[in-house]
Amino acid sequence: MTKPLAVPVDEDHVRSRRRSIKDTMLGLAFLGPSAVIFTAFFFYPLYRLVWLGLHQQNRTGTRERWVGFSQYADTLTSADFLDGVRISATYVLYTVPLGLVLGVLLAVVADRKLRGIKVFQTIFASTVASSVAVASVIFFVLINPQVGYFGDVSFLSLSDPGSALRGVALSSVWQNLGLTFIIVLAGLQAIPAEINEAATLDGYGPFRRFWRITIPLISPSLMFLVVVLTVFAFQAYAQVDILTGGGPAGATETLVWKIFSDKEPSQYGEGAVMASGLFVITLGVTLAQFRILEKRVHYGA
Amino acid sequence: MLADVVSVSVSRVLFEDVTKSFGEVVAVDSLDLEVIDGEFLVLLGPSGCGKTTVLRMVAGLETVTQGTLRIGNRVVNDVEAKDRDVAMVFQSYALYPHMNVRKNIESPLVARHFSVDGGAPRKLTASERSQRITQAAETLGLASLLDRKPAALSGGQRQRVALARAIVSRPAAFLMDEPLSNLDAKLRAETRLELVELHRKLGTTIIYVTHDQVEAMTMADRIAVISDGRLQQVGAAQEVYDRPSNLFVAHFMGSPPMNTFEATVAGGGREGEVTGAAGRVRIDAGPAISLPPVGSRVVVGVRPEHLRSQGHGQQGRQQEGLRARVSAVEWLGYERHVICDVAGRTITLREPAEGQAPNLGEEIYLDVVANHVLLFDPATSERIP
Ligand SMILES: Nc1ncnc2c1ncn2[C@@H]1O[C@H](COP(=O)(O)OP(=O)(O)OP(=O)(O)O)[C@@H](O)[C@H]1O
Ligand SMILES: [Mg+2]
Repeated sequence: MTKPLAVPVDEDHVRSRRRSIKDTMLGLAFLGPSAVIFTAFFFYPLYRLVWLGLHQQNRTGTRERWVGFSQYADTLTSADFLDGVRISATYVLYTVPLGLVLGVLLAVVADRKLRGIKVFQTIFASTVASSVAVASVIFFVLINPQVGYFGDVSFLSLSDPGSALRGVALSSVWQNLGLTFIIVLAGLQAIPAEINEAATLDGYGPFRRFWRITIPLISPSLMFLVVVLTVFAFQAYAQVDILTGGGPAGATETLVWKIFSDKEPSQYGEGAVMASGLFVITLGVTLAQFRILEKRVHYGA
Repeated sequence: MLADVVSVSVSRVLFEDVTKSFGEVVAVDSLDLEVIDGEFLVLLGPSGCGKTTVLRMVAGLETVTQGTLRIGNRVVNDVEAKDRDVAMVFQSYALYPHMNVRKNIESPLVARHFSVDGGAPRKLTASERSQRITQAAETLGLASLLDRKPAALSGGQRQRVALARAIVSRPAAFLMDEPLSNLDAKLRAETRLELVELHRKLGTTIIYVTHDQVEAMTMADRIAVISDGRLQQVGAAQEVYDRPSNLFVAHFMGSPPMNTFEATVAGGGREGEVTGAAGRVRIDAGPAISLPPVGSRVVVGVRPEHLRSQGHGQQGRQQEGLRARVSAVEWLGYERHVICDVAGRTITLREPAEGQAPNLGEEIYLDVVANHVLLFDPATSERIP
């Protein structure tokens, strides 16, 4: 028995399946370029990293042998790695809060309609145009113990293991200040003038307004900066290399510095494990920040 | 009792020769205006005429360039915004997007000091605050929305939150800057009534800015018409409509606007005549008014509803009044506007939508209701009294 009614339904089916195939193809075509880039520069390196961690190279790096997860276990519990984690974490604590507070302060100061304020805005923002190398060289000239103008400021002294990391951190703070400033200033300028005026009429003084209105309204920018500055700090390498070379007495050997420096080919596996460790730590910290901050962030109406 | 007397005197707002300029731009020019205690005053004028600037000076958000501004008996030129005891409803409502409705309404209560039962000013306790919030929320029908954020409210609800935030601190005066302009026509009509009701309940002075004459006429105790930073006329809606003090007000008030055309005075005395290019118009100027001398040029102003079309469809009758050719007819359901060409000028006539409408191109004669004709001086554009 035939069901005449089923015929048009079937036709519809075919048509919609054809369309969905077409849509899928189109979707893949759009994904293509980024998929290629991600594969070449992210997924493949990640795979190589994990693979390297599972092997040990010979002295010249021409051969490797499988050592399995024992290399992960050994390296991730080694004093060297844990030391690097501690130093990198300290570096985050030195750079992120200070950089954020300074950036917000500068932005608040520069966010007013005054004659000539553009000049200050440009100056405050200018460090975005400097590279890590430039920032490091500037601080080398400023705080290097031998030749620096402020080489004898003991609080930042690069020759004292107790203070060297602070000196390096300061160069990072300075270098990231422009970025922080620009993003916070943009956030401030996105607050409608009437909101601030309403707060003034509600009797808010400048401090109450700052804490109750300004900070909540720029919280998305602040959250972005916390995440980005933290990642930057975990990745700090060049400033260490230029300013202290990891010294004195290994006091500034951040994780990336340990991964990168003075590695014999036979230690490549170890370095790869540490890099994986850094990746996991950064990912974990970032996710934690999202979870904690997300609740307190207000995204505009 | 005493508290009442004090609060009454506090609510008056007085502008004495107040000028505000932004560099070269004079936004408000020598404004003299008294906003009487407890009244609903509407500042009406076209875009860019300086209405918002006037309001912002009262709020303390703009400084006064010249002149004296008083709230109550206090000169407030140098008083900071937060100490002026006025509440403003912004055109954009300016609700705090990160606070829920309750926090938004509470906002004016947290920082300020209030005198409770005539006592010395102090901060309100949490329970006093929540009592006031509840009261304000009930007045404006917001009780069920207190925990929502502004993003989750409709335009009308946001507008009511802004009003609640304004009334909760019981200020000396409310300043409202086009608060209804974001609402659709229906909601706007409803909210107009609610605002009038609210004003009746609270009895607080309201200065209300709008460029919409319907809002002005339906809500105001008095209307202050402003153009180009200058006050043109202040008065009750009817007075401003019936006896505009100059051509600007005459044209601005009323929709369609008043018809005006130039003419020459042909007969003197109380009942005179003017002649223009299109014919003669009889004038019954009323007892208190004297016509200018015969032969002087005047601008005649007639409202569209004070014109009668006679004799369309009738041929061969000797016609008086203005000879007009119909160029368009607008039908609005309850009335129609007949737009005519009278000696090169466009004259609009408003009549009930009954009977046969005139045909396009037809020649008709317009009668003028004699005791509603206004005359203006063509040189100064002031009304001839
Ligand atoms: N901060 C300012 N700087 C320079 N000029 C200004 C400033 N604020 C207002 N003006 C000018 O002052 C005049 C009056 O502006 P205002 O905002 O009071 O007009 P308004 O009557 O409220 O108009 P609208 O109905 O469009 O809101 C305008 O010509 C405007 O360009
Ligand atoms: Mg305005």
